[in-house]
Amino acid sequence: MSEGGILIEGLRKRYGQGDTAVDALKEVNMRVEPGEVVGLIGPSGSGKSTLLKCLGAVIDPSAGRMTLGDEVIYDDGWKVRDLRALRRDKIGFVFQAPYLIPFLDVTDNVALLPMLAGVPNAQARKRAHELLEALDVQHRARAMPAQLSGGEQQRVAIARGLVNRPPVILADEPTAPLDSVRALAVIRILNDMARQYRTAVIVVTHDEKIIPTFRRIYHIRDGVTHEEQGEGRLPE
Amino acid sequence: MISLAGRDILHAWGKFVFTGFGLGLLIGVTLTMAGVYRGMVADGRALIDNSGADLWVVQQGTLGPYAEPSSLYDDLWRDIAGIAGVAAAANVTYLTMQVARPDSDVRVMVVGIAPGMPAGPGWPRHLVAGRQITRGHYEAVADVKAGLRLGERIRIRRKHYTVVGLTRRMVSSSGDPMVFIPLKDAQEAQFLKDNDSIHSQRRRTLENPAFNRPGVPGVAEAVIASQATSNFVNAVLVRVKPGYDVAEVAESIRRWQRLQVYDRAQMEEILVGKLIATSSKQIGMFLVILAVVSAAIVAFIIYTLTMDKIREIAVLKLIGTRNRTIAGMILKQALALGAIGFMVGRISATFAAPHFPKYVLLIPQDAVAGFFIVMAICTLASLVAIRMAIKVDPAEAIGG
Ligand SMILES: Nc1ncnc2c1ncn2[C@@H]1O[C@H](COP(=O)(O)OP(=O)(O)OP(=O)(O)O)[C@@H](O)[C@H]1O
Ligand SMILES: [Mg+2]
Repeated sequence: MSEGGILIEGLRKRYGQGDTAVDALKEVNMRVEPGEVVGLIGPSGSGKSTLLKCLGAVIDPSAGRMTLGDEVIYDDGWKVRDLRALRRDKIGFVFQAPYLIPFLDVTDNVALLPMLAGVPNAQARKRAHELLEALDVQHRARAMPAQLSGGEQQRVAIARGLVNRPPVILADEPTAPLDSVRALAVIRILNDMARQYRTAVIVVTHDEKIIPTFRRIYHIRDGVTHEEQGEGRLPE
Repeated sequence: MISLAGRDILHAWGKFVFTGFGLGLLIGVTLTMAGVYRGMVADGRALIDNSGADLWVVQQGTLGPYAEPSSLYDDLWRDIAGIAGVAAAANVTYLTMQVARPDSDVRVMVVGIAPGMPAGPGWPRHLVAGRQITRGHYEAVADVKAGLRLGERIRIRRKHYTVVGLTRRMVSSSGDPMVFIPLKDAQEAQFLKDNDSIHSQRRRTLENPAFNRPGVPGVAEAVIASQATSNFVNAVLVRVKPGYDVAEVAESIRRWQRLQVYDRAQMEEILVGKLIATSSKQIGMFLVILAVVSAAIVAFIIYTLTMDKIREIAVLKLIGTRNRTIAGMILKQALALGAIGFMVGRISATFAAPHFPKYVLLIPQDAVAGFFIVMAICTLASLVAIRMAIKVDPAEAIGG
């Protein structure tokens, strides 16, 4: 596999133990190339969020193997020591509700990540501005999150997900609160960013409006993934 | 790195300022309580310093004259004045009572001072208005805190006095302002009986065959005369000549007169260590309660502020913020709240202190100690919120 990208092989996750155990992930196999955006769809309770949490290193899988770029991060146990640094440096998160920090302005919401990694404030803000510009929200750079529209908040959240140039972006229902025009705009941005920064993007979604845009889709049912060909139509 | 705590405070400054203000009033009360204690100690010291005495001679076996009753014959001072090293010895009486003004009365400590030696031991030291007592009767010098005016007529027991001078910082150990009157008047006020009891005593004396023997006229009258006048005082204040050792002079008085003698240090120990010991324990108890209440308030406020931010904390953790950074944010907010509270408290105590009826002394050491105690309380109070924040699971940010 080339640099970047995600490879998941035979991933399992069991919640609890004994009689009450739930096998949320039974057999997950996925591959996302750098620069590619894939869709992850499935009925409620099928294990989508569980998969994102495993890949996002906030819960422990039960078995299997996960590789980010050429680094095996999990092989029947974590292979990286500092999961916090892994999340900070390798993984960008974009949520359904954008979860911006309400007491920081737009610029600092984005710049916080590089700052946490030790980048000097001025440089971190410069990087944030570049991304805000690319996402067309630089005019709201000094605003507080509460003063933004839902779509603007979502774009700021995407900027935050991208700012550390992570090789992986995990997006959980990123377009749920948006109308179809804005939803497609968000997907277009994710595609542009993926191509530009060679990022591997997984988008969990129920959103009929955006499903046709993926070239490849993973369907998950009862904790088992199936790869499908998508339409790959991204309207201009 | 930016200050997360600072940004959050700026964002929610209203909440911070209001809680800080409330906390501040509580801290203000606490500082004032400490000031009340300091004021009591200072009043005790002022009583000692302003008496102008090096030694207090009191009744054998008592802690007089301030902490316990003491009574001495009023001619003892002559013998004491004759002892080597004694520069001056003066009789003094103390009597706490209500003094009548035309339309109200005021609680004071009436001090009887020996005439004829202005600025002798026991006399008011600094006059802010008027003059010292010059006549042997019916003149008074009052502390300004009594609220009396120059030339005003006041009544002590059945006699009227004219206020001829005003002095300051002359208060009893319980903070009552002093009113100085001539010794003879004070002795009379202290031991004076009402007309009925004079009559009844006179009758008893006349009926007693030991005093009223037939054929020995004049005895009964002499006894009655001696009963009507008092020749007791509460203490003799002694000033020691320069160059003499105070302890040695005290020892010779003790030896020759078989009296109790206290020097300044012992008097201070009696006033501060014994007389106001219960009050200071009372105040200490209040301080403890106020500290606990303040801690509870800070803990509660910081806890709710943190509860409101659980989701943001989960996001911060998800994107790789250290627990240490988050704990630091909460701690700094608690400290900021404490700092605001302390400032408000300090200012409100400063403004409130002069309005208290008794002396409230705010000393910088108490303020500094108070500041550190507030900071320590805030640190402790933030621990609960920090524990909760550390337990927040970053997975919560991703949701279901
Ligand atoms: N913490 C947990 N403890 C026990 N079981 C869990 C836990 N979290 C999820 N599950 C179970 O795991 C299964 C998969 O849940 P998951 O949240 O991954 O579903 P999902 O695909 O994200 O569903 P939705 O579309 O409704 O968000 C469900 O049966 C759920 O009940
Ligand atoms: Mg889900």
